[in-house]
Amino acid sequence: MNRQTADHATLADKFNEDEPRVDWHDQTLWWVRAKRDKMAWSIPEWEQLRETASAIKLNALGNLHDYLVQFEQQAIQNGAIVHWAADAEEHNQIVTGILKKHGVRHLVKSKSMLTEECHLNPHLMANGIEVIDTDLGERIVQLAKEPPSHIVLPCIHKKKEEIGELFHEHLGTPAGNADPQFLTAAARQHLRKEFLQAKAAITGVNFAVAETGEMVVCTNEGNADMGAHLADVHIACMGIEKIIPQRKHLGVFLRLLARSATGQPITTYSSHFRQPRPGQELHIVLVDNGRSRQLGREDFRNSLKCIRCGACMNTCPVYRRSGGHSYHTAVAGPIGAILAPNLDMKDYADLPFASTLCGSCSNVCPVKIDIHQQLYKWRQVLVKEGYTTAAKTASMKAMSGVLSTPAVYRTAGKMGRWVMRAFPGMVNNRLNPWYKQREMPAPPKQSFSQWYEKNKKS
Amino acid sequence: MKVGLFIPCYIDQFYPQVGIATLQLLQKLGCEVEFPQGQTCCGQPMANSGYEHLTHQCNSLFIKNFADYDYIVGPSGSCVLHIKDHLHDPAAETAATHIRERIYELTEFLTDVLKVEKLTARFPCKVGLHQSCHGQRGLALAQMSELVAAPFSKPEQLLRMVEGVELVPLDRQDECCGFGGTFCVTEEAVSVKMGKDRVADHVKHGAEVITGTDVSCLMHMEGILRRQHAGVKVMHIAEILNQNIHEQANS
Amino acid sequence: MSSRDQILAAVKQHQPEASVLPSLEGLSGNMPGTLEAYRKVLEGLGGSLFEIKDESEIPALLAEHYPHLQRIIRVGDEQRAWINEDPHLLEDVDMAVVPGQWGVAENGAIWLTEAEIPVRVLPFICQHLAIVLPAGRLLPTMHEAYEKIGAPQTGFGVFIAGPSKTADIEQSLVLGAHGAKSLVVFITAG
Repeated sequence: MNRQTADHATLADKFNEDEPRVDWHDQTLWWVRAKRDKMAWSIPEWEQLRETASAIKLNALGNLHDYLVQFEQQAIQNGAIVHWAADAEEHNQIVTGILKKHGVRHLVKSKSMLTEECHLNPHLMANGIEVIDTDLGERIVQLAKEPPSHIVLPCIHKKKEEIGELFHEHLGTPAGNADPQFLTAAARQHLRKEFLQAKAAITGVNFAVAETGEMVVCTNEGNADMGAHLADVHIACMGIEKIIPQRKHLGVFLRLLARSATGQPITTYSSHFRQPRPGQELHIVLVDNGRSRQLGREDFRNSLKCIRCGACMNTCPVYRRSGGHSYHTAVAGPIGAILAPNLDMKDYADLPFASTLCGSCSNVCPVKIDIHQQLYKWRQVLVKEGYTTAAKTASMKAMSGVLSTPAVYRTAGKMGRWVMRAFPGMVNNRLNPWYKQREMPAPPKQSFSQWYEKNKKS
Repeated sequence: MKVGLFIPCYIDQFYPQVGIATLQLLQKLGCEVEFPQGQTCCGQPMANSGYEHLTHQCNSLFIKNFADYDYIVGPSGSCVLHIKDHLHDPAAETAATHIRERIYELTEFLTDVLKVEKLTARFPCKVGLHQSCHGQRGLALAQMSELVAAPFSKPEQLLRMVEGVELVPLDRQDECCGFGGTFCVTEEAVSVKMGKDRVADHVKHGAEVITGTDVSCLMHMEGILRRQHAGVKVMHIAEILNQNIHEQANS
Repeated sequence: MSSRDQILAAVKQHQPEASVLPSLEGLSGNMPGTLEAYRKVLEGLGGSLFEIKDESEIPALLAEHYPHLQRIIRVGDEQRAWINEDPHLLEDVDMAVVPGQWGVAENGAIWLTEAEIPVRVLPFICQHLAIVLPAGRLLPTMHEAYEKIGAPQTGFGVFIAGPSKTADIEQSLVLGAHGAKSLVVFITAG
């Protein structure tokens, strides 16, 4: 697990040391949000489509047991081998076991946030197995030895010059060449070799259809297909919440996914894997890792509707100005902030507070998850469970005390204003985080209630 | 129609002129307005920090103050939303429900209940309208840019009735300013950056005054503008809608 | 208890009350399923489109627009030795010409399956891709597409919309990531 002591505020503070870079990050993601808006407006039935998608996912959650059993049956009938993993560790062991059985020391992997969540790569490395991420963005962060900072745009935090440097160092491209066209061509060449050599390929899963036992994987690059169709062994890893009831429901989700994610009408490839090709082994690993627990949390179970489009990150004014790594978890941004505390309340107690509760995330969500309301609710849960500081509790209790008794409030208010007027230095100092970059409001001579007392007869 | 005037704590303490403008405006429009003394706070700062369980006394107090009014009106979308979503009291749930159903943010009260169609106000100025999130997305005071739905804006509808107001366009019509309650100090860096960006959008488009329905957002942006010596002022929308009366009172 | 049984038991215990599935009626609205609509979207994705009478026009058009092709595989051809090759050897295919089943006007996607293309990797590993689709097989949206496709008949099927692409480097769009660098769609009469 990604355990670290620095919280979101500290990491965001560091990210903000380079303001022009924050501006660049913000504007790049805002541009993606704007593309999403344009695509949404091209479909008059957009809101109805979101409503429908949300209702299908609700139905899937309500019948998840039966759908999982149905999916498993169909998949086995299709010739796949189905595995069940209770947690990240079991998932990693299953995958390693399959690879070891086939003597695979070297494999390709297309994007799978689940394997990020399970920290599969370090586990494989520790077992002497080399894994090559083939999504361009993921390959870039892999070369940089960093985790992805965004679930759809893994290296959105990196400038092309930095990528040029990395490619120069690892792939031997000429120093100083940072042209995206050139770098992409170099990556294509480099990764083609990997695809042609790999005996096994891991892919994620965007949707798994209970009715047919098939899995749909969406990419723009074609890396999932290049991997899966050339390898002898295809391992598809998925969270149990990826199940949808019927094939026709794919129409709803494929219309929403890419439009929400990147403002494209659909991804270049929407591949429907049902049977292994002759001579190939197809493994499906169904992973729980806390999902069944989240399913039992009434206030938070809707988070399992997520289709990982990343729209909530692109629109989030905090994410855009703090960067994905400040969330110190595989899935960053607003959706990550409501998923992560389910995995570990202590480690991720800071995340639900990394929000102004502006609500933009819930509005862009294609499956209508009430993200900002869940952030509010997680705050209540985390405080009740004790994942807060004694100082904060003390100050909240003091505030509550003042605000609960009008007479105390009036005295405190008067004192507060008097103090601010008489000794601006007492509050206007660097220890006051408000004052660091903002002026305090100019204290008036009287409060509204005092004015009202004097003037109400008018 | 008896209106109970709800003045949030930071307006009471730091921006009394907003309370005065709200009161005068409602009176001018024919409402019988009372300000129940003994108000403190709606409890939102505690609740948004995860301490909703510490707001019981604030809730009881709020109910005691406002249970008897036909309408409760406040010049803050954020505080009104908090009451609408979270005001409960097992000992007085009927009264709490009454309040949740009858509480209005000022501009929606003007457009939806009083159905104001014209105002005798004058404010010759280039104005930038900040859409505060809780009012906009929580109370639906204006259409949200994320949704594929017909545009409307209650605050804008009212500002357009004020003679001389020239509303400036913005690059990002409804992005959050970064105030966010205690977020403004716990996430100081991001909060300030969001505020700076929001302010810059208004300044870039020539706003002389930034207005909005929430003083909390305006206080945050004012703090940044004053630190920058930007010369752009912030005013609550009630102050602009009430502008004429002010001038008469001063002359 | 096995992990399977443990997971299924936990899911059963925690899942919410079952709700009914929503209707999918009316979601397509008035989206046009026309050739013009399809062409506009496809070109927006970086693909190109030719209207032809029948497939006999394809070789000349390819020669004109792709003058440097060495190895071309046409799925309809009599020469089908490639089907039994090691798929890795298809790496040197410059152009694959494959039949599509259905085209979707709203997003430019075309449905292909291994019923027509017996080697799955072909439309991905080729440097350039051409898809042949009869004009009468264009549909407005994905909803109509899934209606027509129905239950799966093959082990693999894919919607392809435009050439392979990436925007992972500073959101600069580059065509030709891992799959085909260009896509041309031949729409035949009928």
